[in-house]
Amino acid sequence: MIKKLIPVYENQTPLVVLELIQGHKISEIMSRNVVSVKPDVTMREVKLMMKDRGISGMPVVRQKRLLGIISVEDLLNALEDGLMDDSVEKHMSRNPVILEEQMPVSFAIDYFENYSFNRFPVLNESKELVGMLTDRDIIMHMIKVMNGEIGRLEELAKHGHHTEIGNVIRRYAVVQNDFKNAGKASSEIKALLQEHDVDRKIIRAAATAIYELEINQVVHSLGGEIVCRISDDHVEVLARDRGPGIKNIDLALSEGFSTATDWIRSMGFGAGMGLPNIKRVSDDFRIKSSESGTEIKVIINLPEDS
Amino acid sequence: MNIKELNDKLKFELLTKCPDSEIKKAYTSDLLSDVMGNAPDDSVLITIQAHKNTIAVASLAGINAIILCNNRKAPEDMLPAAESECIAILQTGLNQFDASVTVARALDLCS
Ligand SMILES: Nc1ncnc2c1ncn2[C@@H]1O[C@H](COP(=O)(O)OP(=O)(O)O)[C@@H](O)[C@H]1O
Ligand SMILES: [Mg+2]
Repeated sequence: MIKKLIPVYENQTPLVVLELIQGHKISEIMSRNVVSVKPDVTMREVKLMMKDRGISGMPVVRQKRLLGIISVEDLLNALEDGLMDDSVEKHMSRNPVILEEQMPVSFAIDYFENYSFNRFPVLNESKELVGMLTDRDIIMHMIKVMNGEIGRLEELAKHGHHTEIGNVIRRYAVVQNDFKNAGKASSEIKALLQEHDVDRKIIRAAATAIYELEINQVVHSLGGEIVCRISDDHVEVLARDRGPGIKNIDLALSEGFSTATDWIRSMGFGAGMGLPNIKRVSDDFRIKSSESGTEIKVIINLPEDS
Repeated sequence: MNIKELNDKLKFELLTKCPDSEIKKAYTSDLLSDVMGNAPDDSVLITIQAHKNTIAVASLAGINAIILCNNRKAPEDMLPAAESECIAILQTGLNQFDASVTVARALDLCS
């Protein structure tokens, strides 16, 4: 494993953190009120603007197009050479490294590791400047999410009963096209149910439902998560993803319907039996879907004696 | 019949360690959702799906051995995955139909 500056590893990093860096887009955490300058502004004016606002760099923009970045360093050089009446355009660094607003936060973390810049301009799909991202933005966002998550864990720790089978909660992040890790949720839950001597048929039903939900997220979605709650009398599986959603749910639920590509079919997936299988093995099955994601909730009852 | 006894009759090539599990039935399919949904417990799976996901499905479905037909090669990560799940992998040049017939005879499933 390569040693990284920011220690985030797929296998060892807690889910909350993985979710934070893979499940959120740069557009959600960047600063939107960007102070920018036009290319014909003088270096002297730039110096005043930076001083007034206490910032150390600004994007140079013409009609929403990013032309370059002007930094304190460029300012110092101009000062030294007595070129403060030059336009910004002459001193800015051109072709700045940019981020796109749709990228996951994990990209930004990589960028901060690979480049020594403190900020990156963020462009939208039409290549217009829509924000700036600093390492501070990432830290603030991380603290916000951690607050929420740790609060939730504390609540759980207060109220949860740990030794009984009752109230076990497991979350699994599912990454698009990550076939290697598909099956992790189902095999762990299977093992858990086996430890509690749950009937073999019921374990099979739960494993089937969870596996098909995982595979569907890997194959058909942009990524998501599987949350399994095991209580004394049932297993609840909640599969949520980030889109693109199912256009026609009735069609998707019919046996044999699949939008899988040939490549996926050649691996033995895409038979169009996943959702029908899930429905068949579960005691309750709910599905809702929109462009921003699909949410499927499945319940499998655990009979009294198990 | 355990896997070793079965393969003494089949004489397929054993690619993994041979766990001592029972084989009672067989299932032939290349569709993993079909295997997941329908393969019986304690069975041998006859398939051409030579990759690691087949192991995940087999393990979840209670399949104890996998026969790869048409001499499909098992990729590098498939064999250790199989061994850690105590699943045996056998390989044969026969196609799925012929392998199924051979297994049915060996397991005495032809009535
Ligand atoms: N999480 C999902 N996100 C988007 N589309 C999905 C999702 N799950 C299922 N689908 C759609 O429903 C169809 C049927 O799913 P399924 O019955 O599991 O069959 P298969 O996965 O073999 O295609 C898929 O081909 C896909 O078009
Ligand atoms: Mg599916």
